[in-house]
Amino acid sequence: MTRHAAFTNIWLATLLVLPQLLLVFVFFYWPTAEALYWAFTLEQPFGGSNQWVGLLNFTTVFRDPKYWNSVTVSVIFALATTALILAVSLGLALLVDRRLPGHQIYSFGYFIPYAMAAPAAGLAFRFIFSPNAGFVAAINTWFPNLWNPATDGVDAMILIILCQAWKSIGYSFVFFLAALQSIPRPLLEASAMDGAGILRRMRDVQVPLVMPTLFFLIIINLTDSFVDSFGIVDITTHGGPARATDLMVYKIYFDGFKAQDYSLAAAESIVLMVLVVGLTFIQFRYIERRVHYT
Amino acid sequence: MNRLLLAAASLGALALAAAPAHADRIKFDFWYGNTGAIAEVVQKHCDLFNASQDKYEAVCTGQGGYDKAEQNTIAAYRANQQPAIVQIYDAGTVNFMLSGAIVPAVQFAKDHGINVDWDSYFGGIKNYYATSKGEMWSFPYNSSTAMFYWNKDAWAKIGKTEAPKTWSEYAADLKALKAAGVSCGLALDYDTWTGLEQFSAANDLPIASMNNGYDGLGAELLFNKTAFVDHMKDYKAWLDAGYAELHTEQTGKDIDQAFADGTCASIFESIADFRNFKKTATGFNWGVAMLPLLDGKERKNTLVGGASLWVMKGKTDQEYEAAAAFLNYVTAPGTGQKYIVENTGYIPVRADGLELLNQEGFYQKPENAGRELAIASLTASNGTPVTRGIRLGNYTSIRKALKSELEAAFAGQKDVQVAIDDAVKNGNEILRRYEQTFQGAQLP
Repeated sequence: MTRHAAFTNIWLATLLVLPQLLLVFVFFYWPTAEALYWAFTLEQPFGGSNQWVGLLNFTTVFRDPKYWNSVTVSVIFALATTALILAVSLGLALLVDRRLPGHQIYSFGYFIPYAMAAPAAGLAFRFIFSPNAGFVAAINTWFPNLWNPATDGVDAMILIILCQAWKSIGYSFVFFLAALQSIPRPLLEASAMDGAGILRRMRDVQVPLVMPTLFFLIIINLTDSFVDSFGIVDITTHGGPARATDLMVYKIYFDGFKAQDYSLAAAESIVLMVLVVGLTFIQFRYIERRVHYT
Repeated sequence: MNRLLLAAASLGALALAAAPAHADRIKFDFWYGNTGAIAEVVQKHCDLFNASQDKYEAVCTGQGGYDKAEQNTIAAYRANQQPAIVQIYDAGTVNFMLSGAIVPAVQFAKDHGINVDWDSYFGGIKNYYATSKGEMWSFPYNSSTAMFYWNKDAWAKIGKTEAPKTWSEYAADLKALKAAGVSCGLALDYDTWTGLEQFSAANDLPIASMNNGYDGLGAELLFNKTAFVDHMKDYKAWLDAGYAELHTEQTGKDIDQAFADGTCASIFESIADFRNFKKTATGFNWGVAMLPLLDGKERKNTLVGGASLWVMKGKTDQEYEAAAAFLNYVTAPGTGQKYIVENTGYIPVRADGLELLNQEGFYQKPENAGRELAIASLTASNGTPVTRGIRLGNYTSIRKALKSELEAAFAGQKDVQVAIDDAVKNGNEILRRYEQTFQGAQLP
């Protein structure tokens, strides 16, 4: 009798895995290979001739101050959204974990925004935060011109950060809640017996014990902010004003689809992919290994 | 037994329902980019064509936007799934001319017996879709140009009954309007189509060297050295003085809404929106006029906006025969141009269309008053070297570069001249990249 569960029939195993492999190949490896090829050539919109240009696309990308602006903006966006998401979702999870009456309703309610499509969320935020007509317009009646994401780059950035955070908090919340609920109750009861108050228990027992989840979520949220923020930007700011919210993923979309410069967009997406792969690598290599209970 | 009968009956019904009503018709695909109310007009145009004869059937599909129509056509062409006819906006003209994926309109008309008098197209329209040799490569379908929309009630407050003729007169009007208690004289967004392109054409100013790119892909942008810079400085000054306001989707209402609800007293907008304003701007008297001119300038033709129909390569002869019938139908004076003009704000594209509309007294009707000025604006001259159009590669990116810089300039982050210089520098890099991508290609 074998001690671990494994397929002895390799063909059956292959057959079972094949559909998934096929999907990954068709929707990931193939396009990636194509993008890699385009990144080293100059591709005409309709196909036709296609010339090898070596690193030209990459030097064009890296020499372009607009691209570095886009990188800066993306990093600010990723750090700010991640910090906001983690702080709020951990707070909410700690509260819901106290299992006060009605906590199921809260945990359901907090998760719902995650199920909403990004453009829908973006549209709602555009209306709510519109400087003349939205709910937030009230601010401008008290302090004229304080809030105007249409002309002020900082305001526009705040708008997309809030929108992305609002949408993603539910996801992190579920992870935190699960992590909190897996903390053995006796630990909390023991600290309560020792006289630790609610806040003290949160700070010294619960939060340290969910550290692995926290680090996992840092990586997931950073990655998500880099690659999954397109819908919100496209609906709320179009990357403006004056490129203040021109995130890397939005720039790829504009250069590739609007401007039909496939090669430039391919080079940009390769750079973004390397960045995301790097983040994932850090997660697996270092964080997963080093952060443990004890 | 009963159940069997029922099953047989429902199968029969299914077969009947599934059988196409006109199985023997030759079908072809037509993709269009219009959205909203105009998309309905286009769709109905297809239905009318299909109802007008029983040999061909146009399968018309909206693509959800002009840019999407272009993107989807390119993707489809690469997969050999392209439609026979596609509607492409002005900015896509260069890509399609260089694509090698289309059948030029002149060629198609000759091969399939469409009888077109190419010279009867209005100059401003013809030049835009024609090669440097003057051959038209697409069929103009819905054509517009930029106009000045003004609130007559607001102007009455400063004792004027006429729209301003020059920019300096307009500047004085804005000041007077403010003094007369009109809180916003002009609604602005960062639109470069009216601000740069139409302004430059009306005043005979170049946008790029080599006759706005008509003479080759080596053109360089020039608009940082023309009166356009001062024009943008005026915009900025008007914004700072409170004569004008910025209205975009992001601020809550765009310039059309700001004009229609009376928030702002004037805008620069396409004649295509004329009919919309007839429905939305009902709270006050308004009119349209041709764009103001710079002092001492003689009016030249403005540029055509809207879109034209391109025939794609790689379809069967039968499909082309059907496509030819469709093109004949939608460009004819009655079934084509008149239909579009009556149901949208667009203008007739040929002299025969205009003649028909004039015979019926279309422009004499009070609800159409002013629409003839769009034709006058487009035909103000017969196309100087820099008012034929704009033939610059990746022009979408150049528009975006300028828009981004104007956003910075109007917000006070940058000097206007510096911002426009930066836009030109950036735009020239875009042009050089386009030239390199199409190395060895010659503009037709």
